Amino acid sequence: MAGSLRALRRRIRSTQSTKKIFSAQELIAGARIVRAQARVEASKPYAREITRVLSALASSATLEHPLLNERTETRRAAVLVVTSDRGFAGSYNVNVLRRTEELLGQLRQQGKEPVLYVVGRKGETYYSFRDRPVEQTFTGFSEQPAYSDAQEVGRALIDVFAPGDDADRSGAVDEVHIVYTEFVSLLSQVPTARRLAPMDTSELEDAGEEDGERPGDSGVPTSYEFEPSPEALLDALLPKYVTTRIYAALLEAAASESASRRRAMKSASDNAEELAKNLSRQANQARQAEITQEISEIVGGADALVAANADD
Amino acid sequence: MATLQVELVAVERTIWSGEASMVIARTTEGEIGVLPGHAPLLGELAPGGVVTIRSTEGQDVVAAAHGGFLSVTPQGVSILAETAEISSEIDVERAREALRRAESEGDDPDALAAARRAQSRLRAAGQA
Repeated sequence: MAGSLRALRRRIRSTQSTKKIFSAQELIAGARIVRAQARVEASKPYAREITRVLSALASSATLEHPLLNERTETRRAAVLVVTSDRGFAGSYNVNVLRRTEELLGQLRQQGKEPVLYVVGRKGETYYSFRDRPVEQTFTGFSEQPAYSDAQEVGRALIDVFAPGDDADRSGAVDEVHIVYTEFVSLLSQVPTARRLAPMDTSELEDAGEEDGERPGDSGVPTSYEFEPSPEALLDALLPKYVTTRIYAALLEAAASESASRRRAMKSASDNAEELAKNLSRQANQARQAEITQEISEIVGGADALVAANADD
Repeated sequence: MATLQVELVAVERTIWSGEASMVIARTTEGEIGVLPGHAPLLGELAPGGVVTIRSTEGQDVVAAAHGGFLSVTPQGVSILAETAEISSEIDVERAREALRRAESEGDDPDALAAARRAQSRLRAAGQA
């Protein structure tokens, strides 16, 4: 009996200390969400400006660029999956990976061969455990992506999508997709798949229209002077635009990761508390049983002594 | 007096925004000064470039801008850069160090780009 009481007390102690870890993680994740959201906000002015510049260009230049034109024959499609580096984030990675599998299935049905690019250690282990080929992995920045990380990823993808004329074309892909978790609100994060390249020009036109509605704007499209030529500008601008899109996706994914981790840690610490409560009930019961037993042993012993004395 | 509404934005944050009387920058085609009422223009900034914004209060805001574009519209001027630093934020010692390191690495394209970045930082800080 005493043994089980000691065992219960030990379990209560360990449950309480794990609970402390969970609630600390919850607080950290909570602070990270705020920071991640601030970074999403801070990156918006650039995204808005570059979209505006690009739509201005689109209305002046002939849109002839490998990043814009639909390929006549698509054989290989690159898929960039954004997962987290660390676990403890509930269903975050599972959801992204499931959405990826859906997309891979669709691509295969269309007769395209998917090529995987993975961000985050969790995605990396998922595919290496299943022995599936991954073209390239990027790890170490899933929680706090910097623009240089997005540049690294972007360069790798643009290189395979639009290799230079002298490059080896055998490894080239004809489409680039990205799967990441969109941060809708603190309570809802949705895994989303988007096509990065060839780019959808209708998005630019939409942006252009929004632009036209700004107050103080006459609505007449501005005719720009270009330095250097529009084509050269487009050449320089498009890869940067794609990188910006990747950066935005990485930032949203980081915010979603923290939100999802906070939720997971909250329910884990709630569970730990519940468990500690049940265990301490059991411990109390065991303690009471022990006391009762001791008393009855003493009473029994005393009775036996009294009976022995009476016999004399 | 007419003024320009200027925004200097880097990818990660807005560096500077406000009213200015003139913007001086260098595109791949050459040096350019933008005064209020300038015709709409879209330009690519020269690598390792320095942008000077003459604010309405009369001081100059000098910034090192890497990998950027300049867009002039009737509404104002926006300078887009992958990374940008205002001269007061530049760590001169670090930039010198980076330049020395990049120059010692020879002519690999990454090192050349790093050297140009360091040079523009030094120029913006008035130390080159």
